[in-house]
Amino acid sequence: MANQQVVVVGGGLAGLAASMKLAEAGIHVALISMVPVKRSHSVCAQGGINSVNDYTRQQGDNEWKHFDDTVYGGDFLQHQPPVKEMCDWAPRVVDLLDRLGVPFNRTAEGFRDQRRFGGTLYKRTAFAGATTGQQMIYALDEQVRRWEAEGLVDKYEYWEFLGPIIDDRGDCRGVVAQDMFSMEIRSFPSDAVVLATGGNGLIFGRSTMSMICTGGAAARAYMAGVDYANGEFVQVHPTAIPGTDKLRLMSESARGEGGRVWVPRRPQDDRDPTSIPPGERYYFLEERYPAYGNLVPRDIATREIFDVCVTQGLSVESGRMCVYLDVSELPADTHKKLDGILEIYEKFQGADPRVVPMKIFPGVHYSMGGLWIDFEKNETTGGLVLGSTRNQHSNVPGLFVIGEADYQFHGGNRLGANSLLSCIFSGLIVAPSIENRLNSLANGAAADQAASMFEGAATIHQEQMDSLIKNQGDENPYTLQLELGDWMTRQCTVVRNNKDLAALLEKIEEFKSRFDRISLSDRSNWTNQNFSFARALGDMILMARVMAEGALKRDECRGAHFKPEFGIPAPDAQDPAELRRQAQAWCQAFKKKNEQWLKTTRARYTPQGPEFSYEEVDTSLIPPRPRTYGLTGAEIIGEVWAEMSRDASNEPPKAVASAAGGSSA
Amino acid sequence: MSKSFKVRILRQADPNSGSHWETFNVDYEDGMNMTTVFQRIAADPVTTEKQPTVPVAFDSCCLEEVCGACTMVINGRVRQACSALVDALLEESPDAIEVRPMTKFPVVRDLVVDRHAMFESLKCVKAWVHVDGYYDLGAGPRLAPQVQEEAYPLSRCMTCGCCVEACPQFSDKTGFIGPAAISQAILFNLHPTGRVERDDRLGVLTGPGGIADCGNSQNCVKVCPKEIPLTDSIAKAGRDTTLYKLRQWFGR
Repeated sequence: MANQQVVVVGGGLAGLAASMKLAEAGIHVALISMVPVKRSHSVCAQGGINSVNDYTRQQGDNEWKHFDDTVYGGDFLQHQPPVKEMCDWAPRVVDLLDRLGVPFNRTAEGFRDQRRFGGTLYKRTAFAGATTGQQMIYALDEQVRRWEAEGLVDKYEYWEFLGPIIDDRGDCRGVVAQDMFSMEIRSFPSDAVVLATGGNGLIFGRSTMSMICTGGAAARAYMAGVDYANGEFVQVHPTAIPGTDKLRLMSESARGEGGRVWVPRRPQDDRDPTSIPPGERYYFLEERYPAYGNLVPRDIATREIFDVCVTQGLSVESGRMCVYLDVSELPADTHKKLDGILEIYEKFQGADPRVVPMKIFPGVHYSMGGLWIDFEKNETTGGLVLGSTRNQHSNVPGLFVIGEADYQFHGGNRLGANSLLSCIFSGLIVAPSIENRLNSLANGAAADQAASMFEGAATIHQEQMDSLIKNQGDENPYTLQLELGDWMTRQCTVVRNNKDLAALLEKIEEFKSRFDRISLSDRSNWTNQNFSFARALGDMILMARVMAEGALKRDECRGAHFKPEFGIPAPDAQDPAELRRQAQAWCQAFKKKNEQWLKTTRARYTPQGPEFSYEEVDTSLIPPRPRTYGLTGAEIIGEVWAEMSRDASNEPPKAVASAAGGSSA
Repeated sequence: MSKSFKVRILRQADPNSGSHWETFNVDYEDGMNMTTVFQRIAADPVTTEKQPTVPVAFDSCCLEEVCGACTMVINGRVRQACSALVDALLEESPDAIEVRPMTKFPVVRDLVVDRHAMFESLKCVKAWVHVDGYYDLGAGPRLAPQVQEEAYPLSRCMTCGCCVEACPQFSDKTGFIGPAAISQAILFNLHPTGRVERDDRLGVLTGPGGIADCGNSQNCVKVCPKEIPLTDSIAKAGRDTTLYKLRQWFGR
């Protein structure tokens, strides 16, 4: 294993966790990142990281419940063994971060403090001020810097991944990357490649994501043969601060600490919000979801805010859609806990949220979909076979995917404070899988392959670059991206319908042909950001098609994918017998919907467009059940569903009983 | 009729070329910040003299002032472009907003500079907690909330470079390690496990380019976007290095 090298692309939480764990095992890592790794998008995560802890355990919480909340929140679309393993590991992941010096908030006695996040009834979330992601990535960045000082990690910062190198057998043998300063393109031979390249929010123009989150790396892997799964599942965060260049996240922790969402009952009431009496305020989440209140899962909060503004016309402002997120009535020590995020609002909006309610609106936030990866189930524990070379391994041998770039852990919708967990968890467990692969390389090491293969791969990318730089035409990459983002945001986010999606797909074809007429204002060969952006735009258009077509094909509502024309009408009859009959019909329709659509969308690249197939989801641990947060008739649905499940299995339906309990009815 | 305003930008094609000013007219938008300004210029890069030019190269990432990437000198003050709001900048300088790259680092192109040296300094001061390994060994040490409250502000350092840009002592000639790295040394000395390498860090701060090079101008703390108490860290480093030297003296 002496000369073996692993290339990790992306230096956010996932990439850094993988790098440090590989280095600990004595494996040399080349870490490639478009930005100095300390500046990766993980810094933006504010709220915290979920794990069962001593405190919640004594209230009846356990790993199974964290697992259950995660798959229920995700509408059962995720394979269950990896999620179970992740939730089992969560307490250990948080302990490790604690040892690495993450300054988690403390109780008076010196223990880690915990807060409550959406989609759960327990205070499971550890946090470090309001900059938990930043604090975590710093801790991992510091560890990787130590390994760098010891010679086990080489960082290539300001290098952009252009594509994997795949040999005649179909094995991944390394990557091609480009120095973003000198524009030099070169190959990095390696025995395993890990993509930890995050999400693709820029496809939606303005989102809560960072400027590097184009999804370009995933698109390049997809074009090279790595399948893309569940692309249509995009989380829209309910509370973002609208800005001219991006939507800045207002963390769920604002609500976790007691922040309340409301609009004036009188449309566009122009009074100072603090002077509007409580009776004239519509706290719509609290009224509609008494159990979860302001802490309903993200997709539901998003749709409700959207509904209040768009359908009911109750937006706070007339020209711009927004609702109030109010922390002004919370005590000063709570404000202190939230300092980091309140500062952001104050800094970018010029108003103090400690005094006046914040104005917020939903914004694209997280890609649940991502590159397809495998796993190996441990039949004894129900979790994973740790160290299995199948874990986090894509359909291209030798190419692994972790973090937001994979599709594994969040199903149809991600719960708040679960992403930091999935990033670090997948980064930690990919290391032993890679180690085992390196120990059993069937087809020889990358270093033994012909040099011509590596040179050839770099040449192809050089030629593509030369051709784009020389391209002549009348299209401007920046305006084209804004147009793409506008279309994607309007037709492919909160509410979707087939007519709009079909129009969107036509539009994407138009964008594609317009992209061929793109002309760069900068044709130089030094630190050419104009070129880099234009190249990524081509990738964004490619993936927009995968997402939009996946959404068009999926005729159902599930998690963040909300298509009302295929919704199942909620039971609402007054007469108990009729209500029961309606609930039975609802449950039958739900069952039928799951038979057809409880499937992973898997898109394979072809030059003509994505080829879709649908894969069974491993629901071997918790039987899928109706997700009825706040649904009218939730109680009767729960009852009928329990009866149906009992009849089907003749066993007490444990998980189903908690469905009814978890609903807000 | 849309309002517009002027932006003057100091440009440089590559590390070997000279620099020159270019001025742009930018259409005003409500709530606009400087990163938006660069995006608008990129979409239509024409100077006020109607000369077509190329988009302005600039570093950016999070646009929320937590990554530190878009640091530059705007209206004579070093700061992040994302949190620099046009309204406030035009109040400071109504004729034109003036933008230039940081001066303490080599210019790569336009507003992009190479801050690699700052990350190297973090290696010198061993800015990490040296743990036994990444296997599960239980929780970290219990910490009083007061210690967390002392550590957390220091731990928000983005390595953006504002402090060293404003520091009169910091340059490639003096070799001064700068306020950010000193503060990180103090941060890791605060941590119960990090303390194990305390004397290594203090040794570095005692050596050439260390704490003795600080001229106490206090500029660093004034420009830090995260309001990190850098001068407190420097004062603490001064006391700790003195004690360290005494310990060395007495062979302990």
